[in-house]
Amino acid sequence: MSGFLLSIQSEFYKTRKTLAFLSAILLPLILCILITVGFYTHADKIMFYPARMQWFKFSGAFLGVMGSLILPILIIFQTFSINNIEHRAEMWKSLFSLPIPKWSIYSAKYVYTVFLNALCLTLFAGLIIASGHFLNVLNPELKFNQFDISAILFKLHLKLFLASMGILSIQFLLSLLWADFLKPMGIGFVLTVFGIITANLGWKYAFTIPYTHPMLALSSMMKQVLNNKNEQMEFDLLSREIYVSLAVAVITFLIGYFVVNNRSIKN
Amino acid sequence: MEPGLIIETRELSYRFGNHLVLDQVSLKVGEGSIYGFLGPNGAGKTTTIKVLLNLLQTVEGKVLLFGKDLQKNRIEILSEIGSLIEQPAIYSHLSGKENLLNRALLLRVNVARVYEILDLVNLTEHADKKAAKYSLGMKQRLGIALSLLHDPKLLILDEPTNGLDPNGIIEIRQLIRQLVEKQGKTVFISSHLLSEVEKMATHIGIINRGKLLFQGTIEELHNVSKKQLEILTDNLIRSKELLCNNGYQAEISSDMIFVPYFSENQCAEINSLLVRHDHKVYNLSMSKQNLENLFLSITQL
Repeated sequence: MSGFLLSIQSEFYKTRKTLAFLSAILLPLILCILITVGFYTHADKIMFYPARMQWFKFSGAFLGVMGSLILPILIIFQTFSINNIEHRAEMWKSLFSLPIPKWSIYSAKYVYTVFLNALCLTLFAGLIIASGHFLNVLNPELKFNQFDISAILFKLHLKLFLASMGILSIQFLLSLLWADFLKPMGIGFVLTVFGIITANLGWKYAFTIPYTHPMLALSSMMKQVLNNKNEQMEFDLLSREIYVSLAVAVITFLIGYFVVNNRSIKN
Repeated sequence: MEPGLIIETRELSYRFGNHLVLDQVSLKVGEGSIYGFLGPNGAGKTTTIKVLLNLLQTVEGKVLLFGKDLQKNRIEILSEIGSLIEQPAIYSHLSGKENLLNRALLLRVNVARVYEILDLVNLTEHADKKAAKYSLGMKQRLGIALSLLHDPKLLILDEPTNGLDPNGIIEIRQLIRQLVEKQGKTVFISSHLLSEVEKMATHIGIINRGKLLFQGTIEELHNVSKKQLEILTDNLIRSKELLCNNGYQAEISSDMIFVPYFSENQCAEINSLLVRHDHKVYNLSMSKQNLENLFLSITQL
């Protein structure tokens, strides 16, 4: 266990100044600044909506792009960056010749990647809420302060996080296997586009493709919220695509461990 | 397991698919020795080292380190080994010191040891410089520093002087000698150049095409060398022909005639033969094949 914890600390130490780590902070920050500026300059277009709808419009601006494209691409980039640090330094042979169990090195890297994704999504939720209230300070005619959306937003981002576990695990495995950027990136990108198409077409088996899960999670949430007769923004955290995503994550994690454990470092 | 052996392999074989890369290699590396593991490129040196570090899984033969089976005691054994395989594995976006601090964190080594090691490999001055900006020699020294950080008993270095200039080679050689003499380490060092290793090694192992062709001390290697007669005359070609016609295996090389040495009588007979046929003999002496030629002749068998 200590090997695992030390490996996690080491992951943070060696990535703290790289884009692998900084992207988890910079992406939500930059996106929030851009969308906040957009809403501030066009505040008159949402001014007349009730508070709940203003939040809905504001957070929808983030979630629309997040669910379909940004989240999968960010995950593809992060999983690649974290594994590429070792590929680039030809470090695998050195790491595996240290007196640390291979599973510690592998699982610490995986857990750290999951942590970065969680950090990014938590920052998104937190920054959306902070930006809404900031907009209200800049323009007191807005009604963001009249409705508390924090619990819903965090729950929604938790759902997105769970929905992205399948993509994360597959991309982690691909980046572990291949040192070059094109293979994991290319495969990931093609599958993301395929996911978007199948999800938009409403293919009934789309839920079996991990790359559709963030989109499907958002649309299933939307459906539930819009169908609520009591006008409450309630939705289930766990839905069919979340179960599939978690199952894919567990299976892929185990395959990755098997690959690492039996890996002979030939090069 | 013989006493005092740090590395012992018993009939170790390894295959990449159908290709036999190691063929029943039985290494014996004693404590406190500098073992030069020699062979031309592709002879099986790096494969052997990867097997010793459990980076390649073996099915044929046995690998014992510190008297223990590597397969069953991986973590315990690796905690006593420091290694540098081919190019040093260094995070180029971190400084030399940060590379060491990261490794110290993983191996639970005291931070003070990082500074001690930086000093040992003469990198204190460049400790805060990004490793990407290091010269090849500095990278190599940082690689050795990383392998020494947890104070291992055994150091396994795979061609550590590759690509270094003469000064860099001398620095690494001095460092290795210092580690053995002052800190009692055992060093297993691979190279494809005998001249590089013979200046520091106490023992030599020669491998080619996966087979261990020689193993022993430097003195034992010298003894393997066949004695030869070196003959210098006024006309080397005529003298060679005369010797060959009289049943001697004479060859001309480096402006000398070489004949395999058998006895003192044979020397006298050759001298007499040459003189009788009016050849002027300027030199007739016994010599040994130099080690580099010996290494070449062993690996070309």
